[in-house]
Amino acid sequence: MSSAATTVAQSAQQSAPEPAPTGAVAESPTADAAQSAAAHRAVARPAADYSGYKLVPARQPWRWVGTVLVALGVVAVAWSLATNPRWEWGVVAQWFTAQSVVNGLVETLKLTAISGALGFVLGFILALMRLSASPLLVSVSWTFSWIFRSTPLLVQMLLWYNLGYLYEKISLGLPFTDIRFFEVQTTTLISQFAAAVLGLTLNQAAYSAEIIRGGILSVDQGQLEAAAALGIPAWRRSTRIVLPQAMRAILPTAFNEIIGLVKGTSIVYVLAYSELFYTVQVIYNRTQQVLPLLLVATLWYVAITSVLSVFQYYIERHYSKGAVRNLPLTPLQKARKFFATHAPVTTDRAKDVR
Amino acid sequence: MSTAATRGHVEITNVRKSFGGTEVLKGVSLTVPPGGVAVIVGPSGSGKSTLLRTINHLEKVDGGYITIDGQLVGYQVRGNKLHELREKDILKQRTDIGMVFQNFNLFPHLTALENVTEAPVVALHRNKTEARKRALELLERVGLKDRAGAYPRQLSGGQQQRVAIARALALDPKILLFDEPTSALDPELVNEVLDVIRELATSGTTLIIVTHEMGFARDVADTVVFMDDGQIVEQGSPQEIFANPREPRTRSFFSKVIEPAFNI
Repeated sequence: MSSAATTVAQSAQQSAPEPAPTGAVAESPTADAAQSAAAHRAVARPAADYSGYKLVPARQPWRWVGTVLVALGVVAVAWSLATNPRWEWGVVAQWFTAQSVVNGLVETLKLTAISGALGFVLGFILALMRLSASPLLVSVSWTFSWIFRSTPLLVQMLLWYNLGYLYEKISLGLPFTDIRFFEVQTTTLISQFAAAVLGLTLNQAAYSAEIIRGGILSVDQGQLEAAAALGIPAWRRSTRIVLPQAMRAILPTAFNEIIGLVKGTSIVYVLAYSELFYTVQVIYNRTQQVLPLLLVATLWYVAITSVLSVFQYYIERHYSKGAVRNLPLTPLQKARKFFATHAPVTTDRAKDVR
Repeated sequence: MSTAATRGHVEITNVRKSFGGTEVLKGVSLTVPPGGVAVIVGPSGSGKSTLLRTINHLEKVDGGYITIDGQLVGYQVRGNKLHELREKDILKQRTDIGMVFQNFNLFPHLTALENVTEAPVVALHRNKTEARKRALELLERVGLKDRAGAYPRQLSGGQQQRVAIARALALDPKILLFDEPTSALDPELVNEVLDVIRELATSGTTLIIVTHEMGFARDVADTVVFMDDGQIVEQGSPQEIFANPREPRTRSFFSKVIEPAFNI
């Protein structure tokens, strides 16, 4: 800090133009001061060969203070996690890979994958409807998003599960006649799993429709025009020209949604569906080890999210082709480069320094 | 202009077009013979680009019609009505009409080579290897064979526009439309694009060019068309139009846009 201040003061003196002496004299009217100012100028005049000087970056002391404080905080948290016996890490380890927990995890992954995939497919269709020229398709799509975004997921879930109360039987037949091809009790058709998938999918579709629509809108109109002028068919224009470019805008938010969905599946515990969260609840109600078991679930959710984040990184990188001049290095490439440039600081270089 | 050219006869008859309440084309008629080079000039907002875009049906006309080698563009006759063609047939017609845009509109996620091969493979169902071979020839023709693997963002504006020209040529069009091909370029990059177009002018392909480059227009055009306010004010050979414009509007336009150095 102090060195920077001196530099500023010096440069101010050196670069001071002609009126400087009068100012200096006015401030400190002793002959001494005037003389020293003159001396400074005399030194400064022949100026200009700094080629032998070494460049010293500005010091950032507050950055160091911040770093140390945050490091202390991190250590404190880690320490308390490791040493507070009430976390009961032994119990966590015991249940982490227990059969029932793993079964719950599989159910969670199943729900996420199915409702995520179906949700985005339906969302894509809704987005295309919303962008179409037909007022009916536009309003149906809009209404769908409006309803499913305005009702709590919990309510939707319970509603689907209790569909049997509203409609006792579900049948396929000719409307307004008594002809039925197929008829089934609603309660048989809508199992807990079906209610969960239905609720999560429809909700997901409403949100992903908006994400996909936003992505499509972000692609320049000129792209479509150029493709049309080249005689490229409509379907190919969407899939080859527009979607790959839209993906750049879609992906970050879409992954947000999927990660949200992973944890959102925990809401189906209200249907007593034995996914991860419901499973640990059942266990801790029996063993009373509430926190360690919640920790088990949390660690699994963290693990899933971490894997998804890695996917996200590489998929985003894939779609950034052509959007950036040069693709950023992957963490793996960065590590390799780091070791390639840093590792061989071996003996001979050390000797050179000496 | 090649005398051997037999295809690419463009006939624009009394074309009208409005956007909202503004009529931007007020009954425009223009003929460009096979292999001809027509350069359309005029102040911005005069309808030049819109006219160009009606030729490949990117813009639907409100009245009038356009034929290429006697065939209606975008419509077919049924009874005494002109019915708009289905999208599929319009796309097929467009493969005969190449277009080069002011903002290049290259596909940024595809390499230069992929940009050039896309349409021949998808729209003309050409064999991939052949399309690739032909694309490399075209890239060589515009001087960019060594940049075939580059993405558009890795190319300069002039290079991008040359790839866009190669892309348009890949369909072996009868007609090439240029919509202010150098307006988005830095001055020092303009000539590399104009040189490519100059070379095309002698190839027998019909060219219709909207541009603000008057020196280039004088060099390359068979016919210069001056448009203002949605109408063709005057057309003729470059000598007639640049040296002896008959209409006062033409004269006043050129007095503003042609630098004194050019006007000797």
